[in-house]
Amino acid sequence: MTSQLVVSSDTVILGIETSCDETAAAVVMGGNDVVSSVVSSQIDVHAEFGGVVPEVASRAHLESINPVVRRAIDDAGIDEGRIDAIACTVGPGLIGALLVGVSSAKALALAWDVPFVGVNHLEAHLYASFLEDPTLEFPLVVLLVSGGHTMLIEMQGHGEYRLLGRTIDDAAGEAFDKVARYLQLGYPGGPAIDRAANEGNPEAVKFPRAMMDEGLNFSFSGLKTSVVNFVRKNPSVDSVDIAASFQQAVSDVLVHKALKAAREVGATGVVLGGGVAANTQLRADLQAACAAEGIGAFLPGREMCTDNAAMIAAAGWHRLRALGPSRLDIGAFPSMPLVETGIADG
Amino acid sequence: MWFRTTSPSDTQAFAAALARVIRSGDTIVLTGEMGAGKTVVAQGIGAALGVSEPMTSPTFTLVNTYECRNLTVHHADLYRLDRTVEVSDLALSELAEFDGVVLIEWGEAAIGEIAEYLEVHIEVDLDDEDGSIREFSIDTVGSSWDRRREALSTFLEAWS
Repeated sequence: MTSQLVVSSDTVILGIETSCDETAAAVVMGGNDVVSSVVSSQIDVHAEFGGVVPEVASRAHLESINPVVRRAIDDAGIDEGRIDAIACTVGPGLIGALLVGVSSAKALALAWDVPFVGVNHLEAHLYASFLEDPTLEFPLVVLLVSGGHTMLIEMQGHGEYRLLGRTIDDAAGEAFDKVARYLQLGYPGGPAIDRAANEGNPEAVKFPRAMMDEGLNFSFSGLKTSVVNFVRKNPSVDSVDIAASFQQAVSDVLVHKALKAAREVGATGVVLGGGVAANTQLRADLQAACAAEGIGAFLPGREMCTDNAAMIAAAGWHRLRALGPSRLDIGAFPSMPLVETGIADG
Repeated sequence: MWFRTTSPSDTQAFAAALARVIRSGDTIVLTGEMGAGKTVVAQGIGAALGVSEPMTSPTFTLVNTYECRNLTVHHADLYRLDRTVEVSDLALSELAEFDGVVLIEWGEAAIGEIAEYLEVHIEVDLDDEDGSIREFSIDTVGSSWDRRREALSTFLEAWS
């Protein structure tokens, strides 16, 4: 076995991600040099599954995985013999979807006789920002906002995390999606609200900012209900004004709590991650608030905020260096919490 | 069976009372439009069954699983799914085996896949000024549920 791998800036890791809607693979060198990064929606290998949520249909992942891995290696312009290790998401996510990636990664590790390392999907999102800026200084506060998650995490060092706050009901991205569908603005909801809000008045409707003074947890379920109630009673109000007012309410809460968290832990800056990190208003508001506070605002590009395998390879590189490879008999963990895979915690 | 609650916390109390008839192997289908309170009902049932962590919406994750002392609570959400072929891929009826309880939001699409279930349908009272009143209609499907109707109406009497 090649368990004696010395992890360095030359180490080439193939990352594999199948926990959510995307089948993804990437080749990353030295933990931050993205040589290639492929997500299934780019290469249309499952056009016949149009409209299907691929994470449900594990077979969609199954059909995509080999072409996506092949493409990542080809795009990297390397021979597969150059790959030193394979990193793969082992949780959290749907069991059937996760197992496609985990089984493929293990099979490739065995076939190529290289180490396999299991990565937590949430931990990988924290590493997305390091792919764009490896010089970030700890401690950092990470605001992770997507369709499935809304979390504030303190990152004290590589592998050292503390969950500071999370949503107690709906994730922020879910609220965007549901409000967009309710207002008939189109799909996906995040970009649809963003576009509509651009034409509207963010102060037209004063929607509630939930739990502003109650710790670092979030609640977006009441906001969604409040939008529905408002539209029912005021059907004539323009949907662009509703979208802008809703978006402002979400951004206000996220930015307020992220800054509060940064103050509490003495962070050097706030890092944004997850699909909602693409929202124009949130990016502008967070940047302004951090500037006023005299701390950094780190806003990765959209392709690094959303699900990808480059961040899996990056997290895998750090994990491999600190802890060595995972055992080949580990499984997939659908409800894996963040702290359990902390590199420092082992 | 018809019931009525006056606030989200009242709905949670109602859901906790409903949970008294739930046993391992059960499936509960939650229906009603956006903002009706399906997640609130799921949270109330989950807390009563022993889920100690916050139960967040499974809209994007599709199924959230919580291990309790004597059983496992699976909280599913079919909002993102439009075709039944995908619903069968989730294998919801298999989740109920092995000491599981399955709560399914936007569960209409799953009804054809499940032999026995309790359906909780929620309606918002549109005449209510601040929009906090909810009306519930509960239907039982299958003999194991039919036998529990009397217990249900007793436990839920305060909201009838």
